[in-house]
Amino acid sequence: MAGRQAMPHQDPMERVRNFDEVALGYTREQAIAEAARCLECKNPKCVQGCPVNVDIPGFIAQMKTGNFDGAIATIKLTNSLPAVCGRVCPQEVQCEELCVLAKKGEQVSIGRLERFCADHERKKGVDAPVKAQPTGKRVAVIGAGPAGLTAAADLAKAGHAVTVFESLHDTGGVLTYGIPEFRLPKSIVKDEVRFIGQLGVDFKVDYVIGKIKTLDELRNDFDAVFIGTGAGLPNFMGIEGENLNGVYSANEFLTRVNLMKAYLFPEHGTPIKRGKHVIVVGGGNVAMDAARSALRLGAEEVSIVYRRGEDELPARREEVENAKEEGIVFRLLTNPVRILAGENMTVKGVECIRMELGEPDRSGRRSPSPKAGSEHIIDADIVIIAIGTSPNPMILSGSGGLQVGPRGTIVTDGSARTSLENVCAGGDAVTGAATVISAMGAGKLAARTINDHLRND
Amino acid sequence: MPYTILEKKQIAPQVHLMKVLAPDVAKASKAGQFIILRIDETSERIPLTIADFDANEGSVTIIFQEMGKTTKQLAGMTDEDVLQDFVGPLGKPADVRKLGTVILVGGGVGIAPVYPQVKAYRDAGNKVISIIGARNKDLLILEDEMRAASDELYVATDDGSKGHHGFVTEVAKNILDSGKKIARIVVIGPPILMKVAAGMTAPYGVETIVSLNPIMIDGTGMCGGCRVSVGGETRFACVDGPEFDAHKVDFNLLMSRLGIYRSEEAQCQENHNCTCRGGN
Repeated sequence: MAGRQAMPHQDPMERVRNFDEVALGYTREQAIAEAARCLECKNPKCVQGCPVNVDIPGFIAQMKTGNFDGAIATIKLTNSLPAVCGRVCPQEVQCEELCVLAKKGEQVSIGRLERFCADHERKKGVDAPVKAQPTGKRVAVIGAGPAGLTAAADLAKAGHAVTVFESLHDTGGVLTYGIPEFRLPKSIVKDEVRFIGQLGVDFKVDYVIGKIKTLDELRNDFDAVFIGTGAGLPNFMGIEGENLNGVYSANEFLTRVNLMKAYLFPEHGTPIKRGKHVIVVGGGNVAMDAARSALRLGAEEVSIVYRRGEDELPARREEVENAKEEGIVFRLLTNPVRILAGENMTVKGVECIRMELGEPDRSGRRSPSPKAGSEHIIDADIVIIAIGTSPNPMILSGSGGLQVGPRGTIVTDGSARTSLENVCAGGDAVTGAATVISAMGAGKLAARTINDHLRND
Repeated sequence: MPYTILEKKQIAPQVHLMKVLAPDVAKASKAGQFIILRIDETSERIPLTIADFDANEGSVTIIFQEMGKTTKQLAGMTDEDVLQDFVGPLGKPADVRKLGTVILVGGGVGIAPVYPQVKAYRDAGNKVISIIGARNKDLLILEDEMRAASDELYVATDDGSKGHHGFVTEVAKNILDSGKKIARIVVIGPPILMKVAAGMTAPYGVETIVSLNPIMIDGTGMCGGCRVSVGGETRFACVDGPEFDAHKVDFNLLMSRLGIYRSEEAQCQENHNCTCRGGN
């Protein structure tokens, strides 16, 4: 059998100088050739690995005959953001991991095929969907990120009048403020949101729930509420020097670059510090995004500082490879101890200590501990902290009785119900920082629960 | 969703008042809160403390000084123009309670956010002594409004062109020295004024509150750009503030962080001037 079709990429030397998309997408020929590799299993495991249960063998079978219109229609039955998912889902640990061909490392490139179908549809123009018969029920969705968008789309398809409240000036949540243009072009997010708007969803941006209106007030105004407020609060390490000028949370750095387009400063009004030597602390996808953005802003050297080893990096393999190709330096088993001040409270460097891995901890990961006497200084003028985020407590003001867990996450049952009647929640607000697709899965589950409830009302 | 400017007027050299139609914001606003606005698609988001609000009219008033490119562009706008974004009310409302006699101090454009607090403290049953100051009498704003809203009003100018010749903090010190029982002092103005005020009141042991206005993007706790150090702890001014205990604030850090983008602002200004000369 033929091997996997390789994804064409922008040349690394070229792409570090622009913010254009890195992965260029399959050609039509590649897409058909890759689709032909699918065995169309009778009992497809891949579908079980998809949080939104896309009929994977179904759409791939349609692709084999060049029926891309049919294929995207199949995908869209259960996935409202295919162009996004085809790009940012960690397929290697979801659908593709369960592909029977994965045992030989030759799993079908399901994500790339999904992306091809979505891009095919975008190129020829997306047909406006037929609006569902109105049920007369009104649902409020808080947050226009992956969870909220998915819930809104599914609820609108069921005929409910949906209003999405978003605190930022643009929709998309992390897809817009967090994930960089070179990984997920913003025009794609806009197109997907436009489609959801065509389903009849009303978007209210600049609208802060917890400030303009409380959850309690929304519950009076609507028949049901979905909370998809994400985990937007950046964590800091609590080490010396963290408030120096030139230390950013990854959230701030990426929001300046992505949402506010600081890479186009001064044509766009939001500035950003362009460092020569940039250190990014953390090993997840957000850390990779921040590092690669810093490189594109003109840094001479960008390092990832991560306290565990290569095998423990939480980022997608593909993103780690992309970062390495671009010349990002990986300083593994290294942890910052303090940030050193230069003139006028700027950053001069970071004192780090080497780490060694012990026995696996309760989470199954080998816990790192510092090696005494291994302190060393790395020069830096910009430090970006990418060690995770927590749920934003703003939503909780005026939400009497909403049960919240110890880390600020909203408590839900297996059907996405919160402790309040007619209020569901999902995504990072419930799980803590996770993936786009798991948030979408939660949005989908919540929409089903709300729909069942409203139908039986 | 665009927001219409109902009224725009210059009230002092380089100081402007803008009343914006934003009914949802107006309805929810309380003294001490702020908004974030964005002029158009390419503008930065800037935070401004609310100077007044009228739920019936659906309006929110802001007062700002021309500083960088964005505020200069804002100053060039007029009635009927629209702002692309106007988000709020953000931050915690001022902790207004009945305390007795309170002193409210406003310096420069800091007088604007003090004004709604004067009204709120009065409404809560306090005796309000207001002190307002500016570099000179031309830069003094809202004097009539403040006089009408306060029980007592004192004026100070750096050059002595009106009222006390000197700083607002000196007037406040005189009141404290007079032995009058003061329950709280609220000071809003340039960071250096708030720093000096904090230093002045500390020996008297009078509770002193300041409103901080650091650089921020979203204003909802998401970016952490607005972090300030209060009592040795890092806090986010947007969600934990903007008001803090003046005696615990690290003003040097605040002032340093406010200057992060000084060189970029100069570059932006240059670019803006070039564009203006080349265009209309």
